Amino acid sequence: MLAKRIIPCLDVRDGRVVKGTNFEGLRDLADPVELARFYNASGADELVFYDITASAEGRGLFTDILRRVASEIFIPLTVGGGVRTLEDFDRVLKCGADKVSVNSGAIADPSIIAAAAKRYGDQCVVLSMDVKRVEGRFRLFAKGGREDTGIDAMEWAVRGVGDGAGEIVLNSIDTDGVKRGFDLEMLDALAARVKVPIIASGGAGNMEHFAELFTHPGVDAGLAASIFHSRQVDIKELKRFLRGKGVEMRL
Amino acid sequence: MTAIVDYGVGNLFSLQSSLRALGLETEVTGEAERLRAAERIILPGVGAFGDARAKLDATGLVPVLLEEAERKPLLGICLGMQLLFDRSFEYGEHPGLGLIPGEVAFLGEDLADGTLKVPHMGWNSLEIGKDDPLFKYFKNGEYVYYVHSFYARNCGDSTLGTSRYGTLAVTGAVRRGNVWGAQFHPEKSGDAGLRLLRAFAEL
Repeated sequence: MLAKRIIPCLDVRDGRVVKGTNFEGLRDLADPVELARFYNASGADELVFYDITASAEGRGLFTDILRRVASEIFIPLTVGGGVRTLEDFDRVLKCGADKVSVNSGAIADPSIIAAAAKRYGDQCVVLSMDVKRVEGRFRLFAKGGREDTGIDAMEWAVRGVGDGAGEIVLNSIDTDGVKRGFDLEMLDALAARVKVPIIASGGAGNMEHFAELFTHPGVDAGLAASIFHSRQVDIKELKRFLRGKGVEMRL
Repeated sequence: MTAIVDYGVGNLFSLQSSLRALGLETEVTGEAERLRAAERIILPGVGAFGDARAKLDATGLVPVLLEEAERKPLLGICLGMQLLFDRSFEYGEHPGLGLIPGEVAFLGEDLADGTLKVPHMGWNSLEIGKDDPLFKYFKNGEYVYYVHSFYARNCGDSTLGTSRYGTLAVTGAVRRGNVWGAQFHPEKSGDAGLRLLRAFAEL
């Protein structure tokens, strides 16, 4: 049977991995290639890299890192951050990425989803969404969660999948960094609307949170950063724990 | 030397890197002479069947592949595997290379459980149905990485291994004579995938 996936996420700025809490106060943690090797050896099912570099120089560093990771680690790699054009897709795919995640780029120009899906295939296009409750509705946020777009998040997901997004990363701003568990209500709402794989992000604080997450059949993968980077949760141990709970895991 | 067929379909970075990591000499090529000179050939591919078939035809390499498949090991990966069969029903009907009996059909058509997602994406365990030198370093039930919406069926006794998706046994690995196929991506299947590639390189 298809296994549920455990995915560590590496935010990279100027060639270094950083992770903030509630998207603010980033702090430097590690060398991305080193960390990628460590996660691969621990049994991570996939790696996600977000390039949060602002400068062109930093972008060059990022593609070098990506190429180094992809030439020695043979599990799926997803890359996001600052992806706005087909050229951006092309640049990271050539460095060994398997999937490209679009977020603010798709909000600025929704046609990027269909264009990329047509050129590279649906499986290559990941729609990443930062979502927060506003007046009892799930609202789509842009720019790393700083800007309310006024768009209904669920409508946005349905449209993105219709345009060819092959997977969705749902990051709940409400639970991100709080470490009290994933946003199950938000994830269920999304699973009821789309039929592509859903990657849950935001809120993982311990192993129980993943066990709870995978009791929701619409969720395919759990993504987290700081709890893995800080070694608070060890992926190998987590996967054994989850298999013990009856969750299908690649060990 | 292992030749990777370059016909303008898909990203060959990982495949090439994985073979290099195994210490194998590889060459990405679209030239008939290089395919003839190779010890073994890998036919990669992602995207849609009809488009890939048209691109492969445009290279003029089809007769060379059919000829070389008689003489040396050939491995088709993902869409490259699907091209090995008689035909595909992906958006119409398209002829395959006819190297392995079978046809390629939409997964959704044969999934009894309507809640299962298509594409079949992620890690699934490969159950070996028939022992083969390809599995020399591979343990039955190890997980491999799949991303596909179409799959091969009616492959008869060419099926080497399958992965269960709901109640459907999805064709994972096939072989007929010198020709092998993997629906999953060995170059993205971690250590287990590398071991399959190592075994292929030793054929």
